[in-house]
Amino acid sequence: MQPVIEVKDLCKTYQDGLKALDCITLDVHRGEILALLGPNGAGKTTLISIICGIVSPTSGSVTVDGRDIITDYRFTRQMIGLVPQELTLGTFDLVRNTVCFSRGLFGKRSNPAYVDDLLRDLSLLNKKDQEVRTLSGGMKRRVLIAKALAHEPRVLFLDEPTAGVDVELRKDMWDIVRRLRESGVTIILTTHYIEEAEEIADRVGVINRGRLLLVEEKHMLMRKLGKKRLTVQLKEPIARIPESLSSYDLDLAADGSEIILTYDIRSSRTRITALLQDIKNAGMTLKDLNTSQSSLEEIFVSLVKEEA
Amino acid sequence: MNLEAVKVIYRFEMLRTWNTLMQSVASPVISTSLYFIVFGAAIGSRIQEIDGVSYGAFIVPGLIMLSLLTQSISNASFGIFFPRFTGTIYEVLSAPVSPFEIVLGYVGAAATKSLIIGLIILATAGLFVPLRVEHPLWMMVFLLLTCISFSLFGFIIGIWATNFEKLQLIPLLIITPLVFLGGSFYSISMLPPAWQTVTLFNPVVYLISGFRWSFYGISDVGVGVSVMMIVLFLSACLALVWWMFRTGYRLKQ
Repeated sequence: MQPVIEVKDLCKTYQDGLKALDCITLDVHRGEILALLGPNGAGKTTLISIICGIVSPTSGSVTVDGRDIITDYRFTRQMIGLVPQELTLGTFDLVRNTVCFSRGLFGKRSNPAYVDDLLRDLSLLNKKDQEVRTLSGGMKRRVLIAKALAHEPRVLFLDEPTAGVDVELRKDMWDIVRRLRESGVTIILTTHYIEEAEEIADRVGVINRGRLLLVEEKHMLMRKLGKKRLTVQLKEPIARIPESLSSYDLDLAADGSEIILTYDIRSSRTRITALLQDIKNAGMTLKDLNTSQSSLEEIFVSLVKEEA
Repeated sequence: MNLEAVKVIYRFEMLRTWNTLMQSVASPVISTSLYFIVFGAAIGSRIQEIDGVSYGAFIVPGLIMLSLLTQSISNASFGIFFPRFTGTIYEVLSAPVSPFEIVLGYVGAAATKSLIIGLIILATAGLFVPLRVEHPLWMMVFLLLTCISFSLFGFIIGIWATNFEKLQLIPLLIITPLVFLGGSFYSISMLPPAWQTVTLFNPVVYLISGFRWSFYGISDVGVGVSVMMIVLFLSACLALVWWMFRTGYRLKQ
């Protein structure tokens, strides 16, 4: 199936010489949730802004549903909805008016029933006659989402949707995103919260200094790059790791009652069997074992560090 | 053509006027009435007729132009500057609208607003002085062309300005002196010959002269020249707006 968005060799150098994007190539699959992960200033917002038409690319091309974003901007832009990072809303506008404005701006005929449904879905219906400035930050973000969805887009960009949002609202936001995906909308979100990508994304792209370091199916990424930890609990605590175990990458924890082996699941030999054998030979008795996989956060930090 | 977009931008801008009715309509009306009381009734009674027109009536076209120019510029410049300032412009930039449609919505609304204000002032003037309009059709043409071209000019300022001070700068430093020195309150022929020549470099002279001609049939410069000058100004503004969108000047990085 043709990707819904194809980004090819996209570069952006701002007038002040800042190279925000350095030759990015990326396909976004239809109906997926793609998380773009990267530290502040990595180029995530620039990438989104170019696809949405707010920033002009220096070179390279982007197509949405096979049509070029510059020569065919009327088609591509009506496909896309954008929820910006900042809470940019006209302070005196009524909620309903600002959402209807967005719908018309994107060329769709006024449809109060659809707008009401949308506001209901976002728990905004009882606020529709209120001025935007009277709403809380979380509610304002919902209004921005309603505005972005007002013209029934097929692709939704969420730029840092949960920055500065409390835990409960963040969960709500994730629910909204999941429901949208179920209705067939492709979602691209940027975040620097790894847990967010881990929680809801199908695929994760890591951007740093304007370069796309990788794009990978989330589970694949974690499997490919993940480090695992084997925790061996001992019956009797030990003071230090015996000489005979010095060839392993071990840490002593929990006052000497746990030995932790960090191993890479990508390597062909994890040396677990040998370690357990050597522990037994050293005269220690095992109480329990458990393994844990590293989170996206750790993967991310190691990737960005490698880059730097 | 995305007519829906033009419609919502236009309606949104007009709604802003409606919500701020007092500032938008009442203040130009009040300030113009003050001019009439001071220049028309108080001082005007001591001034002789100019070309057979009483002084109070003579200044009507100039006063309307003064309001039209300042209103067109401030409405249009604020209309586009404010979304840039708050950041809501992102939506217009990411929407499937052409520059022409954006301009049509914003400038159309600003021009409509000033046209309404112009007509209200005209009606207000009628309460103070006896008015006669010899060429009503031409009066409307001048009114419309002025509203449109100066709203376009305001739109340009709104894109150019990077802060609120700059937004006020051009109207205050350039437009107001040009209008005051453009024959709003006097006939060019009342100036010493050397100054008459200098005045001819002031584009507003042509506007006011043409507009006054449509009222009383008297003018400082030829009517054809007046129309040509305003069309020239309109074309220059159009070209500048076209260039701004083409290069993304201060709108797109």
